[in-house]
Amino acid sequence: MKEYETINEISGPLVYAEVDEPIGYDEIVEIETEDGRTLRGQVLESNDGLVAIQVFEGTSGIDRNASVRFLGETLKMPVTEDLLGRIMDGTGQPIDGGPEIVPESREDIIGAAINPYSREYPEEFIQTGVSAIDGMNTLVRGQKLPIFSASGLPHNDLALQIARQASVPEEEAEGEDSEFAVIFGAMGITQEEANEFIDDFERTGALERSVVFANLADDPAVERTVTPRLALTTAEYLAFEKDYHVLVILTDMTNYCEALREIGAAREEVPGRRGYPGYMYTDLATLYERAGRIQGREGSVTQIPILTMPGDDDTHPIPDLTGYITEGQIYVDRDLNSQGVQPPVNVLPSLSRLMDDGIGEGLTREDHSDVANQMYAAYAEGENLRDLVNIVGREALSDRDNKYLDFADDFETDFIDQGFDTNRGLEDTLNLGWELLSKLPKAELNRIDEEFIETYYVDDEGEEVEATAD
Amino acid sequence: MSQATQQDAATGVIESVSGPVVTARDLDARMNDVVYVGDEGLMGEVIEIEGDVTTIQVYEETSGVGPGEPVENTGEPLSVDLGPGMLDAIYDGTQRPLDVLEDKMNSAFLDRGVDAPGIDLDKEWAFQPEVEEGDDVSAGDVVGIVEETVTIDHKVMVPPDSDGGEVVAVESGNYTVEETVVELDSGEEISMHQEWPVRTPRPAVEKKTPTQPLISGQRVLDGLFPIAKGGTAAIPGPFGSGKTVTQHQLAKWADADIVVYVGCGERGNEMTEVIEDFPELDDPKTGNPLMARTCLIANTSNMPVAARESCIYTGITIAEFFRDMGYDVALMADSTSRWAEAMREISSRLEEMPGEEGYPAYLSARLSQFYERAGFFENTNGTTGSVSVIGAVSPPGGDFSEPVTQNTLRIVKTFWALDADLAERRHFPSINWNESYSLYRDQLDPWFEENVTEDWSETRQWAIDVLDEESELQEIVQLVGKDALPEDQQLTLEIARYLREAYLQQDAFHPTDTFCPPEKTHSILTTIKTYNDEAFEALDAGVPVEDLVSLDSTPRINRIGVQDEYEEYIEELKDDITEELRGMY
Ligand SMILES: Nc1ncnc2c1ncn2[C@@H]1O[C@H](COP(=O)(O)OP(=O)(O)O)[C@@H](O)[C@H]1O
Ligand SMILES: [Mg+2]
Repeated sequence: MKEYETINEISGPLVYAEVDEPIGYDEIVEIETEDGRTLRGQVLESNDGLVAIQVFEGTSGIDRNASVRFLGETLKMPVTEDLLGRIMDGTGQPIDGGPEIVPESREDIIGAAINPYSREYPEEFIQTGVSAIDGMNTLVRGQKLPIFSASGLPHNDLALQIARQASVPEEEAEGEDSEFAVIFGAMGITQEEANEFIDDFERTGALERSVVFANLADDPAVERTVTPRLALTTAEYLAFEKDYHVLVILTDMTNYCEALREIGAAREEVPGRRGYPGYMYTDLATLYERAGRIQGREGSVTQIPILTMPGDDDTHPIPDLTGYITEGQIYVDRDLNSQGVQPPVNVLPSLSRLMDDGIGEGLTREDHSDVANQMYAAYAEGENLRDLVNIVGREALSDRDNKYLDFADDFETDFIDQGFDTNRGLEDTLNLGWELLSKLPKAELNRIDEEFIETYYVDDEGEEVEATAD
Repeated sequence: MSQATQQDAATGVIESVSGPVVTARDLDARMNDVVYVGDEGLMGEVIEIEGDVTTIQVYEETSGVGPGEPVENTGEPLSVDLGPGMLDAIYDGTQRPLDVLEDKMNSAFLDRGVDAPGIDLDKEWAFQPEVEEGDDVSAGDVVGIVEETVTIDHKVMVPPDSDGGEVVAVESGNYTVEETVVELDSGEEISMHQEWPVRTPRPAVEKKTPTQPLISGQRVLDGLFPIAKGGTAAIPGPFGSGKTVTQHQLAKWADADIVVYVGCGERGNEMTEVIEDFPELDDPKTGNPLMARTCLIANTSNMPVAARESCIYTGITIAEFFRDMGYDVALMADSTSRWAEAMREISSRLEEMPGEEGYPAYLSARLSQFYERAGFFENTNGTTGSVSVIGAVSPPGGDFSEPVTQNTLRIVKTFWALDADLAERRHFPSINWNESYSLYRDQLDPWFEENVTEDWSETRQWAIDVLDEESELQEIVQLVGKDALPEDQQLTLEIARYLREAYLQQDAFHPTDTFCPPEKTHSILTTIKTYNDEAFEALDAGVPVEDLVSLDSTPRINRIGVQDEYEEYIEELKDDITEELRGMY
């Protein structure tokens, strides 16, 4: 392996070096500084005689005399089941003082695309115990469902609640015991936030079946482009080689995108919207599309990326491009949060695109889809009327309108606000939905099959009490 | 992808690699030639020539590829293989069959450097001649037929660049696509296999004015904003507003002969959904499995960006080929924005001067060239055929003022504007009826009046007027509340509510409601109009509006969509509404 001392330009996170042999695109580079530190990087562009290197740890301390070694291969993640229970830094080096990791294989972190023909459509319901999700935006195995949040909101509590409570009731009923693993990829979050996750994993015993990759706020920004790929490579290995059902939590995607922007700026690329690179959609897709199921394999990769929307603005390129790629999104809402609703999920803009095929008779319950649709419509109507009430007052509204206003209030306080520690089963969620819907006249429930109305509508509170008293 | 011949292979050397863009030196090449890049032979296309430097866009991942490796020129432009075997197939953006790739790569993940022809070269097809010895044939003429699928007879045609001549040998029998089925006196041998460069439109005699609707079975489309067979439509909307579901609905229910579905830079699972669902569904026209008329092209968001750029062309070329056979083809492209972004990404790697929002200056030209390939055509063989193109557009932040939406709207004649607010309220399909339009409406009315009902346009106009009035009234209601309105306007709001809930809304996931024939679409309107007419009579007779808007019978209007036997249901319902209202005065 040849060593060069030919650095001729250093700019932001990039180093340019002259070479006299062909160097491959994306190849891994080691740079040794004069004070003996070894920094790692990756070839971003390879031109006859000149390569641009992106240095993960940042370029500070590098000078013209630093030596550059090209390792002749692209970045690999050493994978083994023994990774479970381990804590790594953002470049995949263990930081928990544990034993050395003996890899079973080393996988390219730039995962190849899953052949769409080889995928299996995800439709296995995951019960999260959160009504806003299970009832209204059902998650399924192999889905990528991000949390759209903003600074100061309890998105971590929600993610942890999901990680803690997630179960597949159907499987449990059949006595199957599938292997479950959590991969946590942290990008640029604070030590405190990271501890929140790790402590919770420890407390619940989940750490043994977790792998943590932590790039923290004071770690180099460029490294953030690698961390999620290490996490996903590990996830794919556990899911598709070792049959685990893997839940990947990636946080905070906003920091990841900032790192992309920083590299783009250093390369003097023509920026796209709001200064983010024009290829950000493609880049994010190479992460998010690594969720899924594959025909003939047991395991699955489910992703819950978390992002904080700058300025609470969902038209910002980060949430916007994410929403265009992921299979829905869960909105954490500032107003609901200040009202004390826990978890403060705004279901109206939230969506689970894989819900339709994952619910219904034989999967969850026959009336699930109709109930969800009706609650959406009713909540939207009530929510819409709130503005009007502020102007004309409740008395000026019709009886019908007032019922919808009540529905919207009850929906938030009874259905959504369940607390971060309540694990609500799906039956309870749907029954609760019926309780609320039954305060509307039957004729209003035009999205529900008449048969289901017969079965589930709670006709009169008094009658119901009598029935149970029997 | 066509296996370009490699006889005159000229070789060059890689000079630089930057993502999907590679430059090579000493390569003797023409623009748009297909080349094989690097030791692994990754497929690419020449996109710029400057001095001794040739720039190539590579259709596969370039990690690890470096300067010094060879580049080989095939001397052929990017082409597709045309012939029997394209239906019921699923391709990537360069027409590599994804099922064959899975097999050859022996993996669920897409590897590099593996090529495969677009149609099976070994499979034998039963060829039925349509010409005899002594017949004169010219370019485009049909010389025989093979049953490609249960639904589609594949017409074997004389290639467009042939000089034609007299048939000297033809015989029915089983042939592979490369074997000669017809021999001409000029010595030309005609097989079922043609190659065609994707960036060149296939020739036709003339483009004609379309007069038939492409029936979609979607009420808001057929009823208010119809597209013609051979027409163009755009569906712009933010994420989650219903672009893909609408495209899937069209692919399932449109009364086209052939559907080409291009998943361009979108989700893998959405393509999987099509692959899993379509074989289970029946073609509404023939009752055969839907896949028998469908060709899928899947270049998902994580697949190479250059192949995303080409997938649109691969799709439209296949569509044109079936058009030449005299078929009505519908092509859905989800999403044209991802295609435009692929152009932008490559353009910026070429360091071209960026235009608006970084898109290359030729964005608008490329978009119009693409949509221009749609149309209702007279083919060179005398048949007529059509290509309808429906493109989804994904504007950043849902803002329609961005370049891709704007440039598209300048070209297409049907605009289905998706609306995030409607989607949030679960009003599906979330097509905004105030913003959308169809410039085909008038030219299609005669067809609807002849084939569905005489009062098609009249009833539609009534519905549009009510909806227009509703939007005006809603503005007032937002300020003062409904009760402050005069009684007749309160009644109009109720009528409009039924138009929205029973007519405009349609559940794509309900087994019955998912497809609504035009007759049913019309009957729903007439039912609501019965309510309207009777209720206004009653109002005139002094019945208070509170009573008129709380009938027992009217909520049933919202359930017409889910009725299989709707005629009877509607007759009874109309009677009940009339009776209930007349009983009030
Ligand atoms: N016609 C429809 N009927 C029922 N649900 C729909 C319909 N159109 C859209 N949806 C719902 O909206 C979601 C998003 O639609 P989709 O077409 O995937 O949006 P886009 O492609 O614009 O991002 C779907 O998953 C589905 O739940
Ligand atoms: Mg879509």
